[in-house]
Amino acid sequence: MKGIITILALVLPASLGACSGPWNDPYPAQEAGKNILYSSFSERPKHLDPVQSYAENEAVFTAQIYMPPLQYHYLKRPYELTTLAATEVPKPTYYDAADRKLPETAGGAKVAYSVYEIHIQAGIMYQPHPAFAKDENGKYRYHQLKREDLKDVYELRDFKYTGTRELVADDYAFQIRRLAHPKLHSPIFGLISEYVVGLKDYAAKLQEATKAPSADGYLDLLQFPLDGVQVVDAHTYRIKLKGKYPQFVYWLAMPFFAPIPWEAERFYSQPGMSEGKNLSLDWYPVGTGAYMLTVNDPNRIMVMERNPNFAGEPYPSEGEDGDKAAGLLDDAGKMMPFIDKAVFSLEKESIPYWNKFLQGYYDASGITSDSFDQTVQITSSGDVTLADEMRKQDIVLQTSVATSVMYMGFNMIDPVVGGDSERTRKLRQAISIAVDQEEFISIFTNGRGIPGQGPIPPGIFGHREGLGEINPYVYDWVNSKPERKPIAFAKKLLAEAGYPNGIDKASGKPLVIYFDTTMSGVGGKSRIDWLTKQFQKIDLQLVVRNTDFNRFQDKIRKGTAQLFFFGWNADYPDPENFLFLLYGPQSRIKSGENAANYQNPEYDRMFERMQVMENGPERQALIDQMVEILRRDAPWVYMLYPKDYTLAHAWVYNRKPNKMANNGLKYQRIDPQLRQKKRAEWNHPVVWPIIVLLAVLALVLTPAVQSYRRRERAGGKLLPA
Amino acid sequence: MIAFLVRRILYAIPILIGVNVLTFLLFFIVNSPDDMARMQLGQKRVSDEAVVKWKQERGYDKPSFFDAQASGIRKITNTIFFEKSVPLFWFDFGRAEADGRDIAHEIRSRMWPSLAIALPVFIVGMLSYITFALLMAFFRATYIDIAGILLCIFAMSVSGLFYIIGGQYVISKLWNLVPISGYVGGLNAWKFLVLPVVIGIVGGVGASARWYRTIFIEEINRDYVRTARAKGLSEWRVLFRHVLHNAMIPILTGAVVAIPLLFLGSLITESFFSIPGLGSYTIDAISQQDFSVVRAMVFLGSVLYIIGLILTDISYTVADPRIRLQ
Repeated sequence: MKGIITILALVLPASLGACSGPWNDPYPAQEAGKNILYSSFSERPKHLDPVQSYAENEAVFTAQIYMPPLQYHYLKRPYELTTLAATEVPKPTYYDAADRKLPETAGGAKVAYSVYEIHIQAGIMYQPHPAFAKDENGKYRYHQLKREDLKDVYELRDFKYTGTRELVADDYAFQIRRLAHPKLHSPIFGLISEYVVGLKDYAAKLQEATKAPSADGYLDLLQFPLDGVQVVDAHTYRIKLKGKYPQFVYWLAMPFFAPIPWEAERFYSQPGMSEGKNLSLDWYPVGTGAYMLTVNDPNRIMVMERNPNFAGEPYPSEGEDGDKAAGLLDDAGKMMPFIDKAVFSLEKESIPYWNKFLQGYYDASGITSDSFDQTVQITSSGDVTLADEMRKQDIVLQTSVATSVMYMGFNMIDPVVGGDSERTRKLRQAISIAVDQEEFISIFTNGRGIPGQGPIPPGIFGHREGLGEINPYVYDWVNSKPERKPIAFAKKLLAEAGYPNGIDKASGKPLVIYFDTTMSGVGGKSRIDWLTKQFQKIDLQLVVRNTDFNRFQDKIRKGTAQLFFFGWNADYPDPENFLFLLYGPQSRIKSGENAANYQNPEYDRMFERMQVMENGPERQALIDQMVEILRRDAPWVYMLYPKDYTLAHAWVYNRKPNKMANNGLKYQRIDPQLRQKKRAEWNHPVVWPIIVLLAVLALVLTPAVQSYRRRERAGGKLLPA
Repeated sequence: MIAFLVRRILYAIPILIGVNVLTFLLFFIVNSPDDMARMQLGQKRVSDEAVVKWKQERGYDKPSFFDAQASGIRKITNTIFFEKSVPLFWFDFGRAEADGRDIAHEIRSRMWPSLAIALPVFIVGMLSYITFALLMAFFRATYIDIAGILLCIFAMSVSGLFYIIGGQYVISKLWNLVPISGYVGGLNAWKFLVLPVVIGIVGGVGASARWYRTIFIEEINRDYVRTARAKGLSEWRVLFRHVLHNAMIPILTGAVVAIPLLFLGSLITESFFSIPGLGSYTIDAISQQDFSVVRAMVFLGSVLYIIGLILTDISYTVADPRIRLQ
């Protein structure tokens, strides 16, 4: 036993010591000092095919790989579109029903069609991919594969040859056709088919075609032209939309409108490719972006490497105030990307993830509620600073307001809280006053939020802040700041609504409000308790109907919930993307996104006007009127606009939170030498506790062994000779 | 013996059918095919048409157990239950709803990381627990026994999660000895496995050692032990050869049944240590409402449990020659 312990004590540290670098380094030794960014993901991305991918955790990958025509400026705020593959941000040309060209300022009613002509840069090349590989005769090597040819193929790298080709306008047109592919279920098909001319009929045509597919089951979209998309030349294409839809340009910055080469679709559709092996666009994307996905093992790791065919893109030379001082323009004009490789490791739990960040094994991190107190200090003046421990490690804190809104929705078709009567309006206003957002933000989000004043968050055109810009039904402007109206006022509103002291005058019974939620566990209970207390302030009884996620969604869809928490992340930085959440035809019971089922004809008319207007004073004035209606009708309790806090180590440069652009990897730069030095400094192995433990064990066991020996010897004496 | 095994395998068929029916009912009580479709299609801008299409493509638009519209045998076969559950009996697990990946392939690749943790925990753990229990039994009523019992009670009282979080913090964060989490294949996996294995062993010591100690103490007071001592055998030989051998039946009852289940991995450990095993696969499938994976894993669990029970019966005959399987 002693021998084993001695061997272990000697061999284990020696073998660990043989590894270069810290013992707890989770990465291969050969990666030490390399220009690699380390990050994590907590959930396997469901889709990497740009026609289907819509989730944020998928955009972390797709946005680096694909190259839609446009992108958001990395540094400028408010968010601004700029070119990516396109040579310029396209401006629509409007036509009336008789195909006559209209001026840029034409009103929505006159416009029958909008045409976006998009010019893409010449010379952009695809990443190396077997779909492009050709033999000596110029024939595609891997387009006529049989099932048996794929016997030994499990991953894309099992194909010996790769090829590339230039990006052409046809690839963009091809992808728009794919939005209507009957087997791909693009989440934006419903919306986009309302605008792109002929897309709806095109989907029906494809659906018919799938019933009689080609011999190999491949639905060749090249054989089915789409009226609404026209390829003008190799680098130009036009998209024809019904009516006027100024927000369309934002969609051109999303992977839905990224190019897909027909070769990839053809390659992946061969028999034996996807079955069981997942050789598909959903698993192995093909793009022209700065990076390409080289390892897709979402059970463990995903790796993106610099696309060797990416010609480079200059780092922005302009930003907003303070960017220069923050060093964000130090690399202005230099060619991106700066990082060679990005390794994303699966990290499902927040505690190991956080500890690995502190050890320097992740380059950047968010802040979980568990680690908030350890990370951030709030000064008496309300300023947010890093805790001393973090400062010692030269960690940098960045904060930004998310382009999101969290709200508590009233179901407007509910007979008690909904409807367009003065009674229910006052009831909703009273509840809006009673539910103290400031307290909620302070208790449950560690102050990471701004109390909501309306549906449009900061940073989005239409949001107003500053002097007097408050929800006047909930706040008063006192001493140059918003102050929540007193509870007495809420009670007065409640009495006027017919519920004095929370008693329904008509029935004589206490008014009971039902809150539907999926919140559970300790955190959920404390939120529910808090909310119950808010209602008690105005003598209302809150009954919590806790349910699972599916039932909750079902209630919202059927309009049977009464009160619920919800939120929305912007698709694009336009007020339309928030105000449509309360547009009548978008009601959830009609399969839309208006979860409150709010319907106000006046608001709807204004929305239809606002939707097609360009940003400017006129649009702002209209938005102000719409917001005023929403504040008065109070279909939501505008809870908060969340604030994001992120941390980065000192060796990471050019990080700036950008809530709209997900393609931030190419802008970032790291100093691998500094990282290696710091990792070694922070992760020096501590061996003495193991030695002490072994010594204690030996000390405890020694008397036992001695006692055993004594017993054995004593036993021997007792035996007869 | 052969007749016994055949009989046990035949018994397993109705059990597996029952398990399948229960899994099906429980899953679809909580998640309707519509819920599954919405979960897979995402929460934003999902149209009713897309939900209908998703269900049609995967056969979830069919009746659950009985198709009154169909004729003949198709009344039974043209149902979700039949189409999704019956192929499991020839181990055709199909493809995952979430990512379309072949479930059998996933199981084959993920069982190795699960085994890489579970097997050392099982073997080293068993040896450690038995040794520790024999030590306590040998020194019963001494300070070692009392300290051992207190240690076991303490170990039993602490949550498994605490061992994981505490272990990660102390061994990986404070002492910097091994990585906190992660996994690589091949021989380099050892440095990621040390911590979960140590934690797995330490976490199980309380309950197991106490249970084995009770068995050994009962055994130590038997006549044959007195006889062995009277013959002058060393205490070491008495304990490890005679007592341990005779205490094997209750030990095997608990241990052998667990051997096949080692393939299924640990739900929490794999999640905290980012080990891509079958435990985390199951957890992900439940959270993603992936019925295909859930039913495959439940079915596999049931099959392995039945195998474990049969192996336990066989092991009795090895441990005790008086036992015959008939």
